[in-house]
Amino acid sequence: MALYSEKVMDHFTNPRNVGKIEDADGIGEVGNAKCGDIMKIYLKIKDGIIEDVKFNTFGCGSAIASSSMATELIKGKPLTEALSLTNKAVAEALDGLPAHKLHCSVLAEEAIRAAIKDYYDKNGIAYDKSQFPDPHDEDEHVVEED
Amino acid sequence: MRTIYVDNAATTAMSDTAIAAMTDYYKTVYGNPSSLHTVGQQAKEALERFRGRVAKCLNCEPREIYFTSGGSEADNQCIRSAALLGARKGKKHIISTAFEHHAVLHTLKKLEKEGFEVTYLDVHENGLVTADEVAAAIREDTALVTVMFANNEVGTIQPIEEIGAVCRKKGVIFHTDAVQAAGHIPVDVKLQNVDMLSLSAHKFHGPKGVGALYCRRGVPLLTFVEGGAQERGKRAGTENLAGIAGMTAALEEACANMEKNSAKLLKLREKLIDGLLKIPHSKLNGDRHKRLPANVNMCFEGIEGESLLLLLDAKGICASSGSACTSGSLDPSHVLLALGLPHEVAHGSLRISLSESNTEADVDYIISEVPKVVEYLRGISPVWEKLEKGIQEHLI
Repeated sequence: MALYSEKVMDHFTNPRNVGKIEDADGIGEVGNAKCGDIMKIYLKIKDGIIEDVKFNTFGCGSAIASSSMATELIKGKPLTEALSLTNKAVAEALDGLPAHKLHCSVLAEEAIRAAIKDYYDKNGIAYDKSQFPDPHDEDEHVVEED
Repeated sequence: MRTIYVDNAATTAMSDTAIAAMTDYYKTVYGNPSSLHTVGQQAKEALERFRGRVAKCLNCEPREIYFTSGGSEADNQCIRSAALLGARKGKKHIISTAFEHHAVLHTLKKLEKEGFEVTYLDVHENGLVTADEVAAAIREDTALVTVMFANNEVGTIQPIEEIGAVCRKKGVIFHTDAVQAAGHIPVDVKLQNVDMLSLSAHKFHGPKGVGALYCRRGVPLLTFVEGGAQERGKRAGTENLAGIAGMTAALEEACANMEKNSAKLLKLREKLIDGLLKIPHSKLNGDRHKRLPANVNMCFEGIEGESLLLLLDAKGICASSGSACTSGSLDPSHVLLALGLPHEVAHGSLRISLSESNTEADVDYIISEVPKVVEYLRGISPVWEKLEKGIQEHLI
């Protein structure tokens, strides 16, 4: 389908890291069913490294592909690196998303942040609050473009 | 892999008859119907023959048919014309429904900005309005009632004859967008008391880019394309004669085979609905019986329509959805919302629109594949997880 790049279609039809982690160290859920996208990310963390990551997503092709790609990009990486993942990096790794689908990559970035914040909160780890702005509404997503 | 095309409400494949009917008008009778010479006059005669044949299919006079570029243009012209002529008499109120095609809705929105008032009738959960509701909404200053014949997404068929009778009695112009109806279910403008009607060739196996407008004799029609005397001065532009030839042949063929096709489609539709309703937490949208023989529109809770479509496409099934993601906006289809479906349910919709060339094997394949895709998507859906754990209540 011409709507999406081959990479998006690959990650959509054959998503990586799909599933749940029962004893997850951090869980992040963002989005809104009313708007048609919800992403849930599960993290398994050891010594500041993301040992495992899984996702569940309700949403369109690009939402599922963005979740898949984002989990691939942070798996095995230190939390600090995962925190610096941008929506732009996710979209670029997918060889681009249509303009009206860029918010899917923003959701992926936000879901990862929310899961890391959950891990910090659960473990009493201090963090810079400015790194975790309040989750905002769907239409307020800040899409980082070129 | 076999392709199963079940998106015939979007467009249809052209019939061999329609294609065959066109070629002569590209190669032999290629004249401009406005030219005085023989080649031109041959074209003019053909044009008028086609007008007569289309008129016969709708049970009207040839002079009541105007050829257009399609359904959208016809809708625009009918509605704007009736509205502007009404305004000249101080009538600036229009009655329509909440789930019309955008060619109608956007025209009405524009008229609202120009000072018209529009009453959008509720279409209820079953996707139907009643003639009584139309009657109750008619006022002294009502210039036009425009209610679609059959809905393009959920396929529900409105009581056109009764609505037409109410409008005729009250002296209000009645327009119907019959784009999904013409060639599929009986359209008889005399019997159904219709003043204005729009249709589009590519919805009944004719070519794209051509349609027709019916305007009853005595009902004035304004010109929107200026520049020539074509179509009795109501639409300038050299006529798309080959397109009109194809449309005429397709319409005649569709009307001649309507009974046979409907019987086949009804069987396929009912089997499909029964098969898909076996999926837990699924719902048929729109009245089950007062609907086009070819239309199936379902919602599956906990999933999103675009991903469903893409996965079905990967299995060779070409269908459509009213999900927000397929429309490029954040809101799901206005039609499904007009039926009162919650946003989260409307996102998970699937429209299957059959044609008579679909087979029982196609339907069996769809019934076997859709549940697998729905189950897979539910398996990775955090919404479905909440519904199943009882954290959220099932809505359907």
